[in-house]
Amino acid sequence: MKKSEDILYPEQYELYESIQKPVTRRNFFRLVGGGVGVALTVSDVLASTLTSDLKNRESENFDDSTIAAWIHINEAGRIVVYTGKVEVGQNIRTSLTQIVAEELRVSVNDIDMIMGDTSLVPYDRGTFGSLTTPNMSPILRKAAASLREVLVELAASQWKVSASSLRAEGGKVMQASSRKSVTYQQLAQGKKILKPINDKAALTPPEKWKIAGQSVQKINGRDFITGKHQYTCDMVLPGMMYGKILRAPAYGASLVSADTQKAKAITGVTVVQDGDFIGVVSNDSQSAERALWEIRAEWKTTPQPSREVIFNYLKERASSARTESSKGDVDKVFAASKEVLMQTFHVNYIAHAPLEPRAAVAQWEGDKLTVWIGTQRPFGVQEELERHFRMSKENVRVIMPDTGSGYGGKHTGETAIEAARLSKAVGKPVKVVWTREEEFKWAYFRPAGVIDAKSVVDATGNVTAWEFHNYNSGAAGIQIPYEIENQKIQFHPVDSPLRQGSYRALAATANVFARECQMNDMAVSLNIDPVAFRIKHLKDDRLIKVLETTANTFGWTKPKQKGRGYGIACGFEKGGYTALAVEVEVAASGAVNVLRIVSAFECGKIINPRHLRSQVIGCILQGLGGALFEMVDFKDGKMINPSFANYRVPRFSDIPPIEIILIDRPDIRSTGAGEAPIVGIAPAIRNAIYDASGKKLNNLPLLANRGRI
Amino acid sequence: MNIRVNGKNYSIEVSGSTSLLVALREHLGLTGSKYGCGEGVCGACTVLIGGVPARSCITPVGSAQNKEIMTIEGLEQNGKLHRVQEVLLEADPFQCAYCASGMVMSAVALLERNSSPSKEEIKDAMHGNVCRCCTYPDIVEAIAKAANA
Ligand code: FES
Ligand code: FES
Repeated sequence: MKKSEDILYPEQYELYESIQKPVTRRNFFRLVGGGVGVALTVSDVLASTLTSDLKNRESENFDDSTIAAWIHINEAGRIVVYTGKVEVGQNIRTSLTQIVAEELRVSVNDIDMIMGDTSLVPYDRGTFGSLTTPNMSPILRKAAASLREVLVELAASQWKVSASSLRAEGGKVMQASSRKSVTYQQLAQGKKILKPINDKAALTPPEKWKIAGQSVQKINGRDFITGKHQYTCDMVLPGMMYGKILRAPAYGASLVSADTQKAKAITGVTVVQDGDFIGVVSNDSQSAERALWEIRAEWKTTPQPSREVIFNYLKERASSARTESSKGDVDKVFAASKEVLMQTFHVNYIAHAPLEPRAAVAQWEGDKLTVWIGTQRPFGVQEELERHFRMSKENVRVIMPDTGSGYGGKHTGETAIEAARLSKAVGKPVKVVWTREEEFKWAYFRPAGVIDAKSVVDATGNVTAWEFHNYNSGAAGIQIPYEIENQKIQFHPVDSPLRQGSYRALAATANVFARECQMNDMAVSLNIDPVAFRIKHLKDDRLIKVLETTANTFGWTKPKQKGRGYGIACGFEKGGYTALAVEVEVAASGAVNVLRIVSAFECGKIINPRHLRSQVIGCILQGLGGALFEMVDFKDGKMINPSFANYRVPRFSDIPPIEIILIDRPDIRSTGAGEAPIVGIAPAIRNAIYDASGKKLNNLPLLANRGRI
Repeated sequence: MNIRVNGKNYSIEVSGSTSLLVALREHLGLTGSKYGCGEGVCGACTVLIGGVPARSCITPVGSAQNKEIMTIEGLEQNGKLHRVQEVLLEADPFQCAYCASGMVMSAVALLERNSSPSKEEIKDAMHGNVCRCCTYPDIVEAIAKAANA
């Protein structure tokens, strides 16, 4: 069985330290009161990642520590789902609710989804890698179907009839012949029943879905458009104070001395110092800010590289190579070939810049700590706190309110530790909300990287050798979907001077960029159509299908106007298949205008069409930023554009007409969509610019040069 | 400092230079307006002052005295949503929705000024509002729909 560690990529550095010991579950019913529940274990979840049949378990004895999620009908008749997955804007609160509602034959309003509260939900490694839909969704589906069967059996034994004469609908179990019915609530009352998931529970086939598969609106949607939803940064606890942290002037700097007298003199301000950590706490955020301002600190800096030299820096420091693929003999082919296409690609560091910056509220009660924080990994944050305070995990509760986005950028718990340190010092709850500048400077980035690609195509248009080296940015998406006989693919890890970590689709944004440019250029060099050239090297029907659908919808073979170009790219990531075509216009001045985007996407059976479409569009347009202009600029260990005024993100006026084709495959299990669609946009635009202007832009962002090529 | 927000008068103890956003969120508990950048370039903190959209993060509360301030919390009237909210609820464009309050307020202000904006006019008027989840196309469609409603 594939261990969950195996699916991690080296660029997910922030995940490495994680210890995977689940908190021992307290007795189920002590936690939730009476009722009827179905629990699923970690092995169910892991097994669900494989297609193999789940082992049929007779035993109803649970090893508490292996429970992964559960669904419970409490005595009040509410259906409560407990999962460690969290909502950061993927709308999985909605899609998971739909799946459960479908199998339990109830409305989405009958369900409460408890997500990411470490005291209530079972251990979960984190919400990343587009894993919720492929892993958690089928397992909750099966659990809900199991629970439905348990309820039917309860009614059957109550009425002393056969279960097969009964059916569940609208929150009731009924018998058509006798017109008897009993509500789930009545069935749950006075009971304490917990069953394991029944692997054989009958699932509702997608063609019969009434709730799943529909564009159900965002759960609690009204709270969001009325401003009522409480993000972590909105929370207020009784007696709560505001905390701010003193930051170093540059990466790698250490504190020499600090004069905090003036800060301490401000009424109501407490200064907390512990080694290099200096924080201030006050009743209001303004005086905390003022106090921070009054601290005079001296720092010792260390030599740090600047952006101009980063690519050489990374390449020079790569010490080892990890072979990702090795087939045939590339060197032999290169030696025997007259024409070898060698290109180097650069990708800059970019920032996630979630609109809600990192925030946490911490509260100590005796030796018990509770922290509210926006994070993709509540259990990871719990472990960070456990380590930092050398306390038992049992005493740390992390709660994750639905959060203002993450994109892979909120895997860590910096604010949790900061708020908890300050709270401990002042004996009151403390809130820490990072400023935009802090979020830019002190979160982590998508890695920068250098990619060397080398390939040979023979006169008949067959790619015969492919050599590919990625320095630092990561190994995700480094494998090629194309059939090429001789391959050498390597990833070279580097100790990055800037803090880096997960990003949407990880390094696939870099590797697919380089790969799809390289493929394009080989096709162009032989005057072969880039779509036909790709298809010739593909065996995967699903990838071919999105590529053809995109090309046809786009009008790939239609003539284009002067000064305009077409570009296309495709890829497969995290279970999703994407192809994307763009038309660009390159003015004589070198200004580039993206005129339109067409993209087909397929990720198996569609659970919520509107939200899927939204994910795909959001992914593509966020990718547009990284393709055209997003770039972390830094000098001597200082980020020099840490603001939305200087770090440009896509805005309304940047958005070209965009057409999305969603391919529904009811025969294929659904997978996630928050990552794969991002990979095509950068290479497609680059290839279109090449088509229009003859210029090969091999660095991301493409328009770092003040918006011109 | 006396200010009038959503039709109610408040007296708060802050200096006039305090940002309106801090005054609203911290002193009045109106947390619907969000902090996204603190320098007037993301729109998450948008409120209406005398009907005109303003970035509350760079507006000193002192300058908003004696004016009608309207925040996202004040749009709903007797349980009835503003039509921009209604249309956005129905269109369901948001992902994390952290940008939603600012989007709603900017759109309300736009429709007050121009009851039937073209899509280009919508994009222009909303240029200062960032949605980092990049749900822009659906927001434009929804606002266009609200305009025609
Ligand atoms: S927070 Fe005011 S514009 Fe960004
Ligand atoms: S929906 Fe996340 S910022 Fe707009």
